[in-house]
Amino acid sequence: MKRSTPKATRHVNQNEGLIFEKSSPGKAAWKLPPLDVPEVDPAKLLGKAERKDLGNMPEVSEIEIIRHFTRLSTWNYAIDLGMYPLGSCTMKYNPRVNEAVARVEGIANGHPYQPEKISQGALQIMKTLSECLIEITGMDAITLQPAAGAHGEMTGLLMVRAYHQSKGNPRKKVLIPDSAHGTNPATAAMVNYAVENLKSDARGMVDLASLKQQMNEDVAALMLTNPNTLGVFEQQIHEIADILHAKGGLLYMDGANMNALVGKVRPGDFGVDVMHLNLHKTFSTPHGGGGPGSGPVAVKNPLEPFLPAPVVVAKPDGTLGFEYNRPHSVGRVRSFYGNFGMFVRALAYIQANGPDGLRQTTEDAVLNANYIRKGLEGSYDLPYSTPSMHEVVFSDKLQAKKGVRTMDIAKRLIDYGFHPYTTAFPLIVPGALMIEPTESESKEEMDLFIEAMKAIAEEVEEDPQTVLDAPHSTRVSRLDETAAARKPVLRWKPGN
Amino acid sequence: MRYLPKSPADRDAMLKAIGLRSVDDLFAPIPAEYRLNRELKIPRQMAESEIVDFFRQRSRENGDGYTSFLGAGAYFHYRPVIIDSLISRGEFLTAYTPYQAEISQGTLQSIFEFQSMICELTGMEVANASMYDGSTAAAEAVMMAVRLTGRRSVVVARTLHPEYREVLATYATHQGMPLSIANYGQDGHLNLQELEKSITPETACVLVQSPNFFGIVEDVEAIAQIAHQHGAMLVVSIAEAVSLGIVEPPRQADIIAMEAQSFGVPLGFGGPYCGVIATREKNVRQMPGRLVGQTTDKQGKRGFVLTLATREQHIRREKATSNICTNQALVALMVNIFMTIYGKIGLKELAKQNLAKTAYAAAQFAKHGKVLFSGSPRFNEFVVETSEDPYAINSRLLGHEMIGGLPLKKFYPELGDSSLWCCTELTTRSAIDTAVGLVAESERSVRSAKEEVEEVAR
Repeated sequence: MKRSTPKATRHVNQNEGLIFEKSSPGKAAWKLPPLDVPEVDPAKLLGKAERKDLGNMPEVSEIEIIRHFTRLSTWNYAIDLGMYPLGSCTMKYNPRVNEAVARVEGIANGHPYQPEKISQGALQIMKTLSECLIEITGMDAITLQPAAGAHGEMTGLLMVRAYHQSKGNPRKKVLIPDSAHGTNPATAAMVNYAVENLKSDARGMVDLASLKQQMNEDVAALMLTNPNTLGVFEQQIHEIADILHAKGGLLYMDGANMNALVGKVRPGDFGVDVMHLNLHKTFSTPHGGGGPGSGPVAVKNPLEPFLPAPVVVAKPDGTLGFEYNRPHSVGRVRSFYGNFGMFVRALAYIQANGPDGLRQTTEDAVLNANYIRKGLEGSYDLPYSTPSMHEVVFSDKLQAKKGVRTMDIAKRLIDYGFHPYTTAFPLIVPGALMIEPTESESKEEMDLFIEAMKAIAEEVEEDPQTVLDAPHSTRVSRLDETAAARKPVLRWKPGN
Repeated sequence: MRYLPKSPADRDAMLKAIGLRSVDDLFAPIPAEYRLNRELKIPRQMAESEIVDFFRQRSRENGDGYTSFLGAGAYFHYRPVIIDSLISRGEFLTAYTPYQAEISQGTLQSIFEFQSMICELTGMEVANASMYDGSTAAAEAVMMAVRLTGRRSVVVARTLHPEYREVLATYATHQGMPLSIANYGQDGHLNLQELEKSITPETACVLVQSPNFFGIVEDVEAIAQIAHQHGAMLVVSIAEAVSLGIVEPPRQADIIAMEAQSFGVPLGFGGPYCGVIATREKNVRQMPGRLVGQTTDKQGKRGFVLTLATREQHIRREKATSNICTNQALVALMVNIFMTIYGKIGLKELAKQNLAKTAYAAAQFAKHGKVLFSGSPRFNEFVVETSEDPYAINSRLLGHEMIGGLPLKKFYPELGDSSLWCCTELTTRSAIDTAVGLVAESERSVRSAKEEVEEVAR
């Protein structure tokens, strides 16, 4: 490495093959208790449905499993190791008390069909979390059933459709800004709405003139992320809502960027009709390598009748229960009640923060993004000078002159001990570098990040090849993705 | 706030560096009239000890320590302790989706192993990792079959988990996908004549569950034959993954939609769980969800990457195979570790214990009440018909800290006073005997009450 970095040092880590390569007959990591009922003959009970052989399933011992997965784990970057500035992903600290309370026996082992009488604890958790989220968003009602953000989007649009249907016409299309996440248009398609793109203005906000022109009685809703994917607050949000409402349309807010707003401003107060939250972003439940998430959907009163069934209600005797009799409901979107374990974690996070902690969290998240913006201005091109909220988007315009693109800079950042930012998104910024530090980063960690990014900018000028060949310090580098897709190898087989 | 790593001096220094006087300046872009000028009305900031106390209290109100005979799509199996030790490693727990392959090889290789083991167990050629749960996996599998066949209607077995049917109905509503239901016969199996009648030239797929909602192993071969004869695909939903240890997998299926919760995932009051879709290689480009593939790096070293992303929303937007983005990765890792622990021999032995406990329990219940569909092969669930309302029986069982079977009236009114019981390797003989004793008591008292009425009438 051209420059030394105080953030990271190379050290030895272990090689490890596939688990199948460690397997041999007779090894075992399991032990069952003696059977306290008579043995049975599976052939007699199951007949031709009896399974004889489990193919190439592994046979390994417990210590090998511990080492296997521990070794694999050391090949991952993680929030626990350092800053993870993925824009739009809100990679914040995942508090450990959340994990502890999710594993308390009666919570971890509650069966979804156990009688309500002995489910009051779980119901109370759902009710308390619902109340907190309603207050935080300024909405009127909520469902916790959706399992992730995209699932929440689908649930929200189903409710939008049901609402319009109840007025006699489900309408035909959904407006989506060109800066939106890919899930937005994919969701609209699943709910059978046509997608119409809405362009952004020179400040990176919704172009009001276009919106006015495109808005008509065929438009069911506008799906808007606010702050948007440039990290810019849509300042004319109320006018946007007014334009929609004047023609009977609804404002859907993608709450992916709610970490910029909690405790400072409430979507329900600026004209939003329906929105989803990502508990795995704003409310600190762990990303776990891709999931699980949880995507509650909050709505204003006119949409309340359409919430998925069941909903948690207080019964006349004071106990809590589920209400299934919801004749206008859009139906179920998932079995049982959603990703309950994530509700537990999100509530523990809200309790650990309280109103003052949540507000401070938002302020720190916005402060951090602006500190990075200030630190990197001049070294990287800032395509939109509009004020930033919780994330900032640069472009690779300056570096592209030397043939270095955003992905190259991202890969080089790995050598400096950081996880890359989000690359090449939003689509309205060619060669985007989308950076979201979250509130979880200290000034020291961000100073190291700024220093690393500046060092890379200098490398691009002096020695672009070093950046183009990065990363130099990882186990593997620049894996062949084209070959992986052209001749997919999606499973292990003996001999390959 | 203890999660925030900044001192007041740090904040001041940062504001100064940015050139602002106060934090309020940072929020100037938000029009003043929308700003919240009061504290949120939520619980005050709590100490860690208070948070732990709060959830311990909720746990005590949540059936902690009860013995349960519930299954019906959520199964209580033993979870080896190393699952939680391993998934609690921050490098797994606090990592994002493995888009940056160089620093995500741990997650990527573990997913590749997951996909491989699911293929071994299901008899399919490719598997994704993962879908939200068994219900959404089934709905997405059906939509996949619709895309693959170019046909639109779907025949659903009534013995598919009722909540899975509800979810499918929600997904299908606006897709122009007519659903028809095929009922079960007297033996609790899908009625094949009815199936045959329900299939039309427009049928994209038949969706069945096996073992079905009553615990009965369906004749997948015969069902596949009927579906395939009419050019329809067969989608098989598996809600109880442990059954794969001893029940022949539905190899004749075109798509398998699974709930893998049984493999090391806590009941957790219904989630998070782990849906999986597995299928034939030729169908992979219509499959939703993330896939990991093996490849090499620039030095020729083996490595793994997310692949076939052109199916997905972040590339294809409204033309994607699904809108799924965040999935159940960490839960899939639990499943992965569970499958690794039990492996080739253990899974079979585990499944055999489930079979034995259930056979014993069903035989005991049969002595005092009626076990429905008793001639059909089953895995770890069975239906008991009682003379008394099962809600009343369950209410008495609760007094013994026992949770009885799931009353079926709500989903299958024609089954009257029947309930669905489940036994796993964790169900003890003494618990079974106690529960059978309590049900028998109720049967006797109902019988003697009836006799008394008859006596008086005479």
